[in-house]
Amino acid sequence: MGMTMTQKILAYHAGLDSVTAGQLINAKLDIVLGNDITTPVAVNEFKKNGFDSVFDKDRIAIVLDHFVPNKDIKAAEQSKQCREFAGCHAISHFYDVGKMGIEHALLPEQGVVTAGDCIIGADSHTCTYGALGAFSTGVGSTDMAAGMATGMAWFKVPSAIRFELKGKLPENCSGKDVILTIIGMIGVGGALYKSMEFTGEGVASLSMDSRLCICNMAIEAGAKNGIFPVDDVALEYMKGRCEREPKIFVADPDAEYEKVIEIDLSKIVPTVSCPHLPENTRPASELHDIKIDQVVIGSCTNGRMEDMEAAYRVLAGKKVADGVRCIIIPATMAIYRECVQRGYVTAFIDAGAVVSTPTCGPCLGGYMGILAAGERCIATTNRNFVGRMGHVDSEVYLASPATAAASALTGYITEYKG
Amino acid sequence: MNTEGKVFKYGDNVDTDVIIPARYLNTSNANELAAHCMEDIDREFVKNVKPGDVIVAGWNFGCGSSREHAPLVIKTCKTGCVIAKSFARIFYRNAINIGMPILECPKACDEISAGDRVSIDFDSGVITDITTGKTYQAQPFPPFIQNIIKAGGLLAAIKNK
Repeated sequence: MGMTMTQKILAYHAGLDSVTAGQLINAKLDIVLGNDITTPVAVNEFKKNGFDSVFDKDRIAIVLDHFVPNKDIKAAEQSKQCREFAGCHAISHFYDVGKMGIEHALLPEQGVVTAGDCIIGADSHTCTYGALGAFSTGVGSTDMAAGMATGMAWFKVPSAIRFELKGKLPENCSGKDVILTIIGMIGVGGALYKSMEFTGEGVASLSMDSRLCICNMAIEAGAKNGIFPVDDVALEYMKGRCEREPKIFVADPDAEYEKVIEIDLSKIVPTVSCPHLPENTRPASELHDIKIDQVVIGSCTNGRMEDMEAAYRVLAGKKVADGVRCIIIPATMAIYRECVQRGYVTAFIDAGAVVSTPTCGPCLGGYMGILAAGERCIATTNRNFVGRMGHVDSEVYLASPATAAASALTGYITEYKG
Repeated sequence: MNTEGKVFKYGDNVDTDVIIPARYLNTSNANELAAHCMEDIDREFVKNVKPGDVIVAGWNFGCGSSREHAPLVIKTCKTGCVIAKSFARIFYRNAINIGMPILECPKACDEISAGDRVSIDFDSGVITDITTGKTYQAQPFPPFIQNIIKAGGLLAAIKNK
């Protein structure tokens, strides 16, 4: 029986000719990732269990991104602990303030991850790198500690759902609308423990930023990973960027999928996830009476250059509605710099928005845009759980950068018409 | 190994943000974190939970973030076990890796009520609702995972090797 793309990557890293769904394997890791929230727990476990060296100082990435520049003394202590561990073990991919970015925007941008890799990260959105054709999945801090010590991780080989993409997205839609639509179809547990493999002729028309966004939210359907085939668009993106040569794995023609779901990209509409689950999706056009207090454009889901471009197209020369706070957060220093250079930052400020250095801050209710009781935010982030962005009685609506920006101008959820 | 205690019952898709809100994640101190366990779904949980008590929930328990702080706070509150219809995969891994007992058993989750007294035998996977007298058989873990649990967690298992 044939293997899915994910199964092929896992078999290769486990040193096996083939694997089947449900099999428990030990696989070699190419990159082990952690951030300022999860690394301290991993470091404690690493030390408590008597480990004193890492498997490879060049294969560990530690990114300070959740609460930096530090939001308070406790956060500063956690960053300090990461910094000391990285220094002690000479971790080459350590990203501190000034060169950091939101981890899942940063690692692909910097070429730290590449096609064919097997990656674990102590952050649930580690599934993002599937856009490059890697197997990449979120784990906890103990797995990170074990990965740093041994360079290995255990996995249960996942079965898969195949998403057959056809057609081309309308001009006012992006990857975010695709993945929100899919989560609305299959639910937050719809791909539990499984791979989401995206294939079909529609893939070619999707930009890398859209693919990264789609894989980023695979976890929001419960998936173990999301993955795209490595095509010319992906190869072009990785060329001259990645530290290691991309290794291309292709699903077998007779690979077994639990389900095949066809998605006609041309039928996608601007989509919004209503509180308090990402699966509560509605077309933006049906939500025009929802008044908002805040807009957040950024995060590991939608803080990339294409997302900044989308926000700029909508906001340039316009004004954010009275009573709305609009917070824009480019995801990496390179994107931030590009936004400055292209004049986006000026345009955003002139529109009445604020522009922050990279941080995960508001997405998880950390800082930089916390909501009070009864307040509503439309955000390009990834989760709208109870209390996610602040008070338990606040609400988060998830949308694309274009929809979020269009909503900032009116003060109500607004479909971007293009 | 077993546990016995009172049931705290919740629904489907209990996410890691309600188990331990991110606003408290500026520390990795387990006791400090545990004071906020389940805070955004049940403000009374921390006040009322006693050692050995059991959380019973629906599908996809622990969905959302990878934060290991979630099973850690439940464990630090001395909760004896979480029984759910299913677990989100990172929560499932994390619970096993840190030695927080969890069991999947949809029937038990449908029938056991909040406030019931239950006992669990982890070796056999048998859940007994002492209040109603009914018993349930949870799915056993594969041997590979049982070894991690027996060793007391993933890192201990690696060290043992």
